[in-house]
Amino acid sequence: MRHAQAPTRPAAPGAGIFYRPTDPPDAAPAPGASACRDLLGLEGMSRSEILEILDAAAAYRDRIRAHALPTNELRGVTVCNAFFENSTRTRVSFEIAEQGLGAIHTSFQAGSSSVAKGETLLDTLRVIASMRVDLLVVRHASPGAAAYLARHLEAGVINAGDGAHEHPTQGLLDLMTLRQAWRDGFAGRRVAIVGDIAHSRVARSAAFGLHALGVEVTFAGPATLMPAGIESLGGAVAATVEEAMRGADAVITLRIQRERMEAGLLPSLVEYAHEWGITARRVELMKAGAVVLHPGPMNRGVEITPEVADGPRSVILDQVENGVAIRCAVLKRCAGDLAKAAT
Amino acid sequence: MSAPAFVIRNARHWKSGASLELAVADGAIGAVAPRDAAVIDAGGALLAPGLVDLHVHLREPGQAFKETIASGTRAAAAGGFTAVCAMPNTDPVVDSAAWIEWILKRAAESGHCRVHPIGAVTMAQQGERLTPAAALGRAGAVALSDDGRPVMSAAVMRRALEYARHAGLPIIAHEEDLALRGDGQMNEGVTATRLGLPGIPAAAESVMARRDIDLAALTGGRLHLAHLSCAASFDAVRDARQRGLAVSAETCPHYWTLTDETVGDYDTNAKMNPPLRSAADRDAVIAAIREGLVDCFATDHAPHTSEEKRRPFDQAPFGIVGLETAFALTVSFLVRPGHLKLARALELWTEAPRRVMGMPEVRLEPGFPADLVLLDPAREWTVDPDAFHSMGRNSPFAGWRLTGRVLATVCGGRLTHADPAFSAAQAIASAGATA
Repeated sequence: MRHAQAPTRPAAPGAGIFYRPTDPPDAAPAPGASACRDLLGLEGMSRSEILEILDAAAAYRDRIRAHALPTNELRGVTVCNAFFENSTRTRVSFEIAEQGLGAIHTSFQAGSSSVAKGETLLDTLRVIASMRVDLLVVRHASPGAAAYLARHLEAGVINAGDGAHEHPTQGLLDLMTLRQAWRDGFAGRRVAIVGDIAHSRVARSAAFGLHALGVEVTFAGPATLMPAGIESLGGAVAATVEEAMRGADAVITLRIQRERMEAGLLPSLVEYAHEWGITARRVELMKAGAVVLHPGPMNRGVEITPEVADGPRSVILDQVENGVAIRCAVLKRCAGDLAKAAT
Repeated sequence: MSAPAFVIRNARHWKSGASLELAVADGAIGAVAPRDAAVIDAGGALLAPGLVDLHVHLREPGQAFKETIASGTRAAAAGGFTAVCAMPNTDPVVDSAAWIEWILKRAAESGHCRVHPIGAVTMAQQGERLTPAAALGRAGAVALSDDGRPVMSAAVMRRALEYARHAGLPIIAHEEDLALRGDGQMNEGVTATRLGLPGIPAAAESVMARRDIDLAALTGGRLHLAHLSCAASFDAVRDARQRGLAVSAETCPHYWTLTDETVGDYDTNAKMNPPLRSAADRDAVIAAIREGLVDCFATDHAPHTSEEKRRPFDQAPFGIVGLETAFALTVSFLVRPGHLKLARALELWTEAPRRVMGMPEVRLEPGFPADLVLLDPAREWTVDPDAFHSMGRNSPFAGWRLTGRVLATVCGGRLTHADPAFSAAQAIASAGATA
């Protein structure tokens, strides 16, 4: 019998934190303002929502290949890419997508320390949002930063990476790349995710997305980089990289950062490469036709050998190509009515 | 003290439940009421000695934007407390007799309950040079603590325990290995992993608890373990008990009520240090309370501004307020589920902390100070942080329906709090006895 209880939070459709939380933003939205949606993470996103985005992205990819961009689908929609952490491929990929869809777009990249001038993250982005920005693409070192901004700002928020939490457009482009490689669908597939799981937003988004699609996940990596209770994300933990890769349909290779050695989490990169690196011999343990993914940027010779990175199983450049298509689909989806009103 | 005399009638004794009438005059419990004394009809409410919280952050000096001695003690009165111990991790740190005196003076001027300052263990809480414990004690410090930070050097902690013996002061230890904590933001576990937040393992607390227990054995020093939150720490306390060491321990309402799942989607009002732990640890805290391993309760009342708490999770400060929900969380989550009898639970908020801190007893008998609280253990209410007397709104219990309400608090014979719905208190309020 419970005598005291917390009020239950009204469940958002689809649950998870993909949707804007139900509490109102600080400023009431202007009358007639469109209900922009956010993309904060893949956790809680349904199979059908994911497939819808992947379908839309596939259509964009074909148009990109046919040089059928730009369109004016996002004409009049203002997008700001706010990168508080360094990024090349994600930022450029968003910019190409925004340009391709005819949005008004701008970008800035600033170390999180520039906010240390005294202005808080929220104040900085409030100022930007006040310039009639409809969508904010945000990368920030704080886990939860995107959800936090979505809670406080009227603009739609697309998470381009929040600390070690999520990187949903990366997760989606990984799924798109796998779908392309596996012509007969997601059913019965298994993916190995290898490396620094603890610090990886790529691993989390991939795991949530794969779980939603019914794909089995096996994590592998040094115990110092394996977070507590990772199985709860919907995957098993293998003792060795061989065990994880044997019979798998794909491997997602995570980037190893030098800071992990400085923090005492790894004895040496040479040892890492030897124990956990994705080598041609280990790739051979996977099923015929299985593919190798890497979110980039790669440390060749550390988490992946050049031979594998440039080899026939590598779909790393497909991932980059798909990145633009996914971002087109996500921008279109989050712009929603705004885009319709503009055309 | 010229507080008017009054009589509390129709109350029930907190231990025996027997009907009780009690006279108050000149700040003390009297044998007989003066003829002109005002009368409070307690309406069958429970009468107990005022609660004591030996772990409160009043934030003065230096952080009056978070809380003041006035607002923090007003919150204490609303929570049924008549005495609090003020932690020294202020700005500057309370590491000199002058600051102890300043706090006492300020509390005398603006306080709504008794304030017992705690001095730092090391200068500026840097964990290096010892503070002048004897001078701090003479000025009125009741204990020493570097709360908020551990004394990382075992050698310094050893000397501190030895030196404090001379001053007769217990050392209240914030048990946390800073290297194990690293940049941790919440309990290490499933929720931290899901949210991508760096975790703080329970071992960060328990390894230091074990170290300090061994140092207490080495030195014979008097050690009190603050805000224990996990099973492994209570295993250490059990071990200390078996060895007959002078070690005591406290825990806080949030550790028997909540788990790390409360962090949900980055709720900074569920961020405190030590962090909310796993369900197994929460259950172990309750089991430790039942087993008698917890010597007293404390709130670790840690107010912060809404602005500070409204930051991304990893940038928000650790800490939650607790004074105004302590009694209700005790009734709702320990007494009503049957883990503790109400009298025993109240003992852990009254006699027990006095014993731990070596403070004089307060009994409901003539001659003792009139530090009293009237309680309705059956009344339900809904937590509304905007209605708190504390300046801090950082409570994870906003909107919770709780059982157990403080009706009125009397400190030194003065009414320091009356619930608006408890009209009987008007009898003394109108007599001009409000502090």
